[in-house]
Amino acid sequence: MNHAIRHIWIVSVTLFVALFAALSLIQVVLTDELNANQKNSRQIIATAGSPRGPITVDGEAIALSVPAENSPYDYQRVYRDAELYSGITGFYSTEGGSSGLESALNDYLSGQSDSQFFDRISALFTGDSMQGAQVELTLNGQWQRMAFDMIPDGLRGTIIVTDLTTGDIKVMASRPSYDTNELAVHSRDAYLQNLERIEATPGLTPHSLGPIRNRIAPGSTFKLVDTLAMLESGDYDPDTELENPPSIQLPQSVNELENLETGNCYQRQEAEFRWIFAQSCNTPFAEAGMDLGQQALLEAAESFWFNQELTIPLYVTPSHFPEEEISDAALALSAIGQQDVGATALQINMLAAAIGNEGTLMRPQLVDTIRGTDLQVLSQPSPEVLNEVMSPDVAAEITEMMVETVESGTGWRAQSSRFDVAAKTGTAEIGDGEGLVNSWITGFAPADNPQYAVTVVYERLEPGVGNELTGPQMLAMLEAVIGE
Amino acid sequence: MNAADHPKPRRNVELVLLLLALLISIGAQVLVGLALDDELTTPYWVEGSILAALALGFHVVLRIRAKYADPFILPIVVTLNGLGIAMIHRLDFTAAFDGVADRQLMWTGVSMVAAVVLLWWLKDHRKLRQLTYISLAASIVLLLLPIVPGLGQDMYGAQVWVSIGAMSFQPGEIAKITLAIFFAGFLANNRDLILLAGRKIGPMTFPRARDLAPLFIAWLVALGVLIIQNDLGNALMFFGLFVAVIYVATSRISWIAIGGAFIALGAVLAYQMVPHARQRFEIWFNAFDDEIYNREFGGSHQLVQGIFGLAHGGLTGTGLGNGNPSMVALANSDMIIAAFGEELGFIGLGAMLLLFLMLFSRYMRAAIGTRDHFGKLLATGLAVVLVLQVFVVVGGITRVIPMTGLATPFLAAGGSALLANWLIVALVLLISHNARRPIVVGPMVNTSGEGATGIEDPLRGSDTGQHAPAESRAETREHFLGGER
Repeated sequence: MNHAIRHIWIVSVTLFVALFAALSLIQVVLTDELNANQKNSRQIIATAGSPRGPITVDGEAIALSVPAENSPYDYQRVYRDAELYSGITGFYSTEGGSSGLESALNDYLSGQSDSQFFDRISALFTGDSMQGAQVELTLNGQWQRMAFDMIPDGLRGTIIVTDLTTGDIKVMASRPSYDTNELAVHSRDAYLQNLERIEATPGLTPHSLGPIRNRIAPGSTFKLVDTLAMLESGDYDPDTELENPPSIQLPQSVNELENLETGNCYQRQEAEFRWIFAQSCNTPFAEAGMDLGQQALLEAAESFWFNQELTIPLYVTPSHFPEEEISDAALALSAIGQQDVGATALQINMLAAAIGNEGTLMRPQLVDTIRGTDLQVLSQPSPEVLNEVMSPDVAAEITEMMVETVESGTGWRAQSSRFDVAAKTGTAEIGDGEGLVNSWITGFAPADNPQYAVTVVYERLEPGVGNELTGPQMLAMLEAVIGE
Repeated sequence: MNAADHPKPRRNVELVLLLLALLISIGAQVLVGLALDDELTTPYWVEGSILAALALGFHVVLRIRAKYADPFILPIVVTLNGLGIAMIHRLDFTAAFDGVADRQLMWTGVSMVAAVVLLWWLKDHRKLRQLTYISLAASIVLLLLPIVPGLGQDMYGAQVWVSIGAMSFQPGEIAKITLAIFFAGFLANNRDLILLAGRKIGPMTFPRARDLAPLFIAWLVALGVLIIQNDLGNALMFFGLFVAVIYVATSRISWIAIGGAFIALGAVLAYQMVPHARQRFEIWFNAFDDEIYNREFGGSHQLVQGIFGLAHGGLTGTGLGNGNPSMVALANSDMIIAAFGEELGFIGLGAMLLLFLMLFSRYMRAAIGTRDHFGKLLATGLAVVLVLQVFVVVGGITRVIPMTGLATPFLAAGGSALLANWLIVALVLLISHNARRPIVVGPMVNTSGEGATGIEDPLRGSDTGQHAPAESRAETREHFLGGER
């Protein structure tokens, strides 16, 4: 009997030896292959759950990683004032990618950038979980809050304020917005459900930011480009008398181009350029556009950075002015910011900023400083000249015309008692058959010593509503940001 | 015979090892607490103290009631059980589980108390021999309970649970013990008959059909119930138990052949008749196949994730609290081995497997040491139950065999299995106590009641098999030296 028991023991030990063999195969020999298997999400989780650096505004974190509870991931990304900054920070999801700065600066935030190489090495030895870099934004939290609160809920509005001497973006507020925390959840079901709900909102996608993504008709704000082309041509100066018919027949077309019936333009059949500009009359600009030709307008537009790529470091959709040959009729419509022209809100802000900064266009910038875990500076973008758009003299002439626009023209609602404001308004028909318009204002102040460029735009409004919003809001922002 | 020749009780060895065991298991708890909780709060010390009190209490009972019992069994089991609680507690910190560790500690207490009661009350395992046929009846009832309408409950595709109110229980776990008692009792009573009568075919002697009948019926019932219940793991274990005990009783290869044939037949039948079983084989062969991996029910997701967990742990493991063991479904019960493999690594899991190896070796040592056939067969049977449970679980997770759900002894969350395994510990401790205690010559044992039936008779106490003379000499010598083999 004992003999048989020993046999049983030998068989049992053999079974255990098989277990040891299988275990050593899995845990020692084949580990690398198994860890690299595409079905194995542990590596992804390790990266996705690692602590990321904070994104800060005025030194306070608006996005940060906190230890996660009841989750397969170690850390949870948390957003504060999430709706205020949703398009800028974007979201960071363990379930479905990321957007905004979370995506654009992922290398820094996750600690994987080249400049953090030595941090990574030291983390390897000390066993610390690598902390990502901290990203301080150029935004001003108080102004951002004020701008965001001014935009009525339910409208598609954007307010941008830039420091025109440095290109620093101080405010970039837009609605509709969403709570980024809803997409930072660690549950795939919750993530997909929230994503679906957010994307159901018209005009909203969590994957990019409206003011730098949406290319919309700029309307009369594009006349700043025309004006530059006209003054540079030498054929025009602010006092040049221009014909101002109520309407013109577009060449090779049955359509007519008209001045707005609601404005003052129909009062005068002929007027000096500065009056035409201030009243934003369409027909003279359409004629001038056709006279100068597409090439002149294209050059002026591209000097303001139309048709060119830009990262701030978020990717900015290039604004569009047609490079391929278009008909005179289309050119006339494009000259008044319709038809083939499309611009982002940031591009229209850059028009005003370049004019205000004596013709020098600064590169718009969202990031102030990127610091490593030990607070040493990894990156600090210094103000950079993007383009010398025009001479200071031309800039001064356009500034003067923009001031008149506010004093006695279409921009009267932006008039300040404290300083001179220079601005250009715009109302662009969307041409969708519903009669909806984009309502614009872009400008800067103080006119004698420009500091900030402000752009306010509402998309898809009923006509007549926009002016009550854009002018007063621009004024409110300017009065807030420009000190006594 | 003088006093120096007496076997030593070796309870002090047990005490030292037990303190080591408590150090390991409470240490594991503390590590979990340090890794996942901000501080070690009072519950940690309370729980540690409860485990220590239970273990030391058990030790004291052994000193009083079974002082010659094997000194290694209790420390090994306490280590495993303590590690199990620590891992279950660690998994309570994940979203998937909550409060399981407290329940496991509660069940550990209940199980250890039950084991102590059994030990105290039974005194001598040979009394169980009288319960041979009652055990058979009890086994059948226990195995049938889960398919009684209104009582049984289907969980994860296997109908092995019984629910009474909020309590649920797996009667099949207790049936392991009663079946082992039946097999041991029946074969101890009838082995002479089985051995003597038989037909020789070629080199092997086959038993008569009617000697086989009761065993065959038991096997059939177990098989039938298990196929109906979809519980392949237990089916495999019962077959293994059946074959091993018969082989030990007869020492004949023919029984292995017959048993092997039965197992093969059972496997074929299961494959043909139970879709659940067919699925298991599919998963085993093609675990990484996309179609099988992505299947919503009955796919290989759990198996593959378990393997990823083991690989993630690698040689040294991620450390308690630093892995992602909760990515594997049922991480604290069926798949707790994968959780250990991930966080303690090959080294940690290997050490735990070695503990299991030592544990079943001690069970078998008790079987070799004891002088009565019933005790030998019972201890071997219980050892085989342990071996097969570990092999089926770990082998299933590591793809050595198809995966079937079985609770890892002492580690997995679940009261029924814990209770059954602790009761087995109590029985084996009693058997080992009987094996090592000095023979009391004289009237004491022989008149101590029915439990002593014929056991001390030298003719019946020695093996009648081929190697009998040599072996009985060896046993005698061993006994006088009080030695361990």
